[in-house]
Amino acid sequence: MATTVKPWRDGQSAAQTFTWPRIRRLCGVVFVYALVLTLCAFILLPLGWMLTAALKPDRVPIFTVPTEWFPSQYWHWENFARALTAPSRPFLRYTLNTLIIVFGNIVGTLLSCSLVAYPFARLRFRGSAVLFNIVIITLLIPWQVLMIPQFLLFFNLGWYGTYLPLIVPSFTAGAFYVFLIRQYMRTFPRELDDASRIDGCNHFQTFWHIILPLCVPVLAVCAVFVFLGSWNDLLGPLIYLDSNEKFTVAIGMANFVTRANTPWNLLMAANIVMMLPVVIIYFFAQDKLIGGIASVGLKG
Amino acid sequence: MARAEERAAYLFLLPWLVGLVVFLIGPIIASLIISLTDWKIVTSPNFIGLANYQDMLSDRFFWQSLGVTLRYIVLSVPLYMVAGLALALVLNQRLRGMYVFRTILYLPAVLSGVAVAILWMSLLNPDLGAVNNALRALGIANPPRWLSSPDWAVPAVVLMGLWGVGGGAIIYLAGLQNIPPQLYEAAAIDGAGAVQRFFRITLPMLSPTLFFVLITSLIGAFQIFDVAYVMGGSRGGRGGSLLFYLLYMWNEGFRSGRLGYASALAWVLVVLAAIVIIITFKVSDRWVYYESGDDKK
Repeated sequence: MATTVKPWRDGQSAAQTFTWPRIRRLCGVVFVYALVLTLCAFILLPLGWMLTAALKPDRVPIFTVPTEWFPSQYWHWENFARALTAPSRPFLRYTLNTLIIVFGNIVGTLLSCSLVAYPFARLRFRGSAVLFNIVIITLLIPWQVLMIPQFLLFFNLGWYGTYLPLIVPSFTAGAFYVFLIRQYMRTFPRELDDASRIDGCNHFQTFWHIILPLCVPVLAVCAVFVFLGSWNDLLGPLIYLDSNEKFTVAIGMANFVTRANTPWNLLMAANIVMMLPVVIIYFFAQDKLIGGIASVGLKG
Repeated sequence: MARAEERAAYLFLLPWLVGLVVFLIGPIIASLIISLTDWKIVTSPNFIGLANYQDMLSDRFFWQSLGVTLRYIVLSVPLYMVAGLALALVLNQRLRGMYVFRTILYLPAVLSGVAVAILWMSLLNPDLGAVNNALRALGIANPPRWLSSPDWAVPAVVLMGLWGVGGGAIIYLAGLQNIPPQLYEAAAIDGAGAVQRFFRITLPMLSPTLFFVLITSLIGAFQIFDVAYVMGGSRGGRGGSLLFYLLYMWNEGFRSGRLGYASALAWVLVVLAAIVIIITFKVSDRWVYYESGDDKK
């Protein structure tokens, strides 16, 4: 566990050129780079293999010795179209379905969580500490323990086989996002509220016109998290959706793989398509996203 | 004035309060009651007391699923914590391009569980998969048969999880960057070596973060579903080797339609999670502390 390079700069060897600490430092730098590059290879090579497999024609074996990490021979891009348009697996339909759920969840979460975060961050009321503790506790309850009674509830409401059970709960403010938004809202100066009160705004107007517009950065982070969560969700759709036309991408993929003699090249092509939106959004939002995760980790 | 503020506050909280009652407290109570019945989807429920909980004691699959989950915890949690921390220490070096590496290393943590499981299922193919190709190249003549072998299925899942260890590393990294550099400077002046600095400063200062990750990974292990479902199928792999707790509960509730029994399984899960949470709160006084002005960042 010894760290070879010190995590802070020590300027002690600035004047000397070939001193022992300097050489040691250089070796450390080389070592760290080698390590990090190896780790990145560990992350990226499997993705390269997946692309290689996805681009192979049907008759060529996917598995080879040695492993082919990068596409070199075959470039059958039409595999992507074939994987997406097979009539038994309408992936475009699945994508659309998933996007409906994702969109509903984003709207529900942003709306309800910012509303709920506001009093926790900026209003004084009796019971606020107790209620906020409850928020934290619910953060730790695995929702899956509730899946049976919730299922019965939605079933009796006639919502089985619709997207409602997958969307409506997001309108009741998930604890994680309340927490995230509340932490952010707490950072604004008190004078904002006072000024807006003096100008005659009520609490809702203060929230809507003053506080909410300032929260756009954290709301964007939340939207990305919600997107990732509901795009990737398997269990929820598996419980509530009952027909192929309503399935999501996650179910489509899971069914694809559990079938016998799966065409591996098409499976990998579809898999890439499932990862792609996530990867794109991740690369655009990654610094914000990582910041968001980090803040939760620190203050949980 | 204060009255009005209070009224407004509760109005804002309304969506959450409704959700708390309708989707959380209500279902928790309902779940408790259902767990005391023999309700199957096709029959009407009869009150049978604690019989479901009693049945659990002699239910081979219950113990199997608990065993698989615990085995996963024992293998994965310490490994991921050490690996995640090691990775965070590496990423914490102030070197050119670290930003790019951080982005790449964190990537698997955001990818869908289903997609990652599908990819690793192929990589772990016992005969010609990339993992065993590599092991053979390293001179291991008979590498494990991973998902096809009851003994190696859980380790295969653990190995796959190592791919996403950047997720934990990012949390540690944030913790590391919050340690005041003066501490290290003072320690260096006092003549503390790198190892001493790590054990005397880094680890203690990071303890709240480590503890948070520990708790979330313990609870998270009981929520594993996607990977088991994709890699082992709905029945939990060869010989039930991937029958994780949640997968078994889902099977009982939604495939076998034994709502009463599945609810009892859910309650055991609640109790296990509650134990973990209570321990968190008990110990958090000693572990978690806020640095002044931390929230203002």
